[in-house]
Amino acid sequence: MTAANPLLQVQGLTKRYGDRIGCAGVSFDLYPGEVIGVVGESGSGKTTLLNCLSAQLEPSEGSVIYDSRSKGPLELYSLSEAERRLLLRSEWGLVRQNPRDGLRMGVSAGANVGERMMAVGARHYGEIRGRAGHWLQQLEIDAERIDDRPATFSGGMQQRLQIARNLVTEPRLVFMDEPTGGLDVSVQARLLDLLRGLVRDLGLACILVTHDLGVVRLLSHRLLVMQKGRVVEQGLTDQVLDDPQHPYSQMLVSSILPV
Amino acid sequence: MDVLLRIQGLAKSFTLHTQGGVRIQALAHLDLEVSAGDCLALVGSSGAGKSSLLRCLTGNYLPDGGSIRVRHDDDWIELVGAKPQTVLELRRRTIGYVSQFLRVIPRIPTLDLVIEPAVAGGAGRPEAEARARRLLQHLNLPERLWSLAPATFSGGEQQRVNIARAFAHPYPLLLLDEPTASLDAENRKAVIDLIEDARRKGAAIVGIFHDAETRSAVATREISLVEGRAAA
Repeated sequence: MTAANPLLQVQGLTKRYGDRIGCAGVSFDLYPGEVIGVVGESGSGKTTLLNCLSAQLEPSEGSVIYDSRSKGPLELYSLSEAERRLLLRSEWGLVRQNPRDGLRMGVSAGANVGERMMAVGARHYGEIRGRAGHWLQQLEIDAERIDDRPATFSGGMQQRLQIARNLVTEPRLVFMDEPTGGLDVSVQARLLDLLRGLVRDLGLACILVTHDLGVVRLLSHRLLVMQKGRVVEQGLTDQVLDDPQHPYSQMLVSSILPV
Repeated sequence: MDVLLRIQGLAKSFTLHTQGGVRIQALAHLDLEVSAGDCLALVGSSGAGKSSLLRCLTGNYLPDGGSIRVRHDDDWIELVGAKPQTVLELRRRTIGYVSQFLRVIPRIPTLDLVIEPAVAGGAGRPEAEARARRLLQHLNLPERLWSLAPATFSGGEQQRVNIARAFAHPYPLLLLDEPTASLDAENRKAVIDLIEDARRKGAAIVGIFHDAETRSAVATREISLVEGRAAA
C-alpha cells in the first residue's frame, strides 16, 4: 500500500570493535515521512547504529542504500568521504544529544543557521539572514536573539537552535540522538510538540535514538528494540509498547515508572 | 448488508517473560462477521477478552493466528501479520478506535486534537475544523476549553475529547471500548446519538458497553465471550 520507494534500505548492518559487537545484522527500510524510534538501554548499540546509518562510522559488514534527491539510490559506503559529507550537509540533518556538539558556540545564532545554507551554496546575505530568521521563529526562538551567541541560551533554546540549523537546508532525513536528553520535562514537552508538527508538515523521515519510551510513543511510527547490538523486536510503536513479544522488550516496558 | 469485517479462527495469548513465562490465553477460535449498519456489543465478565479483541482489531495487539480481514475501500486487507504501514493506513481512513484513556501529546489544544484525525482522513482544514467544532458542541464540551490541552480536564471531559476524535472522520469500522464509562446521563445520550447516527450511515461498529441502557440503545446484536471464546 506504500507506493513510494524506501528512502533508506538497511541490510545486515554490522559493526565490530575488535571481537566486541557494536551492532549486528540490523535490517530495515525507512519510508519517506516515516519516523523510526530506536530504543534500548545504554550500551545496546543504538548510537553505533545511528553513526553507521548517518555515514559517520564505516560498518564492518552490510549495506545502507539511500535514495538521494539528486542521484537516486546510493550505497553509502561506496561513496567517497567527500560525497558522504555533501549528503550530510545537503540532504540530511543530524541532531546531537548535546547541542554544544552540533552548534558552533563562538558565533551568533543567526550565523549558526546561515552557515549551513552557505555550505550548500547560498551567498546572498539578505536572503540568508531572512531565512535564518524564519527558521529561528519556526523553532520558537525570539527574532531579537539572532545576533546572540548560543552560549547565552538556555539548554532548551540551544537544542531548538540546533534543530533550526539542521532544518534550514530542508533535509529529507534527520538523525536524532536523544534530542530531549538533557532537558527539563516541561521543555521536553514543548520540543516534542514542535518536532511532531515539523515532521508532519515537512514530511521528514527521521531516525530517533532514545532510551525514553514516552518520547517514541509520541513521535515515532515504528520501533526497533535493541539489545546487545541486535534488533530483538520491531513493529508498530504502540503495538511494541502495549504488546511486547520479546523478553527484553517486556522488561523495558515493564520498567517504566508510572507517573 | 455489506460485510466490512471478517474474523476467522482468531487466537491471542500473552507470554509474560518477566513473570516466569506464564501464558495467558486471551482469545481462541473466534469467528465473527460484522456488516455495515451492525452494532455488535461484546459482553462477558472482566477478563473474558473483550478489550483484547478490540485491540487486535485496531492492530494494537499482535494475534497468534487466525485472520482479521477488513474492507478498505474496495479491497480486503488482512490485518494479521500486516506491515506497520498498512495498519497505519487502515487507521487513517478505515478503523476508528475509542480507548478508555485519552493518550495524546501534551500541550496541544483540544480543538486541534479533534481536527487532526479529520485531516489525516483526507478532509480539508476548514471542513475538518467545522466538524471538530460541531462534535465538541454536540458533546457539551464548553467552548472555553477548546483552546486548552486536555491534560487538566476531568475524566468525563477527556473521554468526550476521545470520542470526538473517533467521530471526526466517518470511519467505516468503529471500535468502541466503553465509550460512555465516565459520562453522566446527558452526555451518554449525546454519545448514543453519535453512535446511532454513524450506524445508520453504514458504519460497522463493535463495542463494549458496560452500561445496560447504552447497550440496549445502540446494539443490534450481542456476542458473549467466555474465556476468549464465543459462548453459544
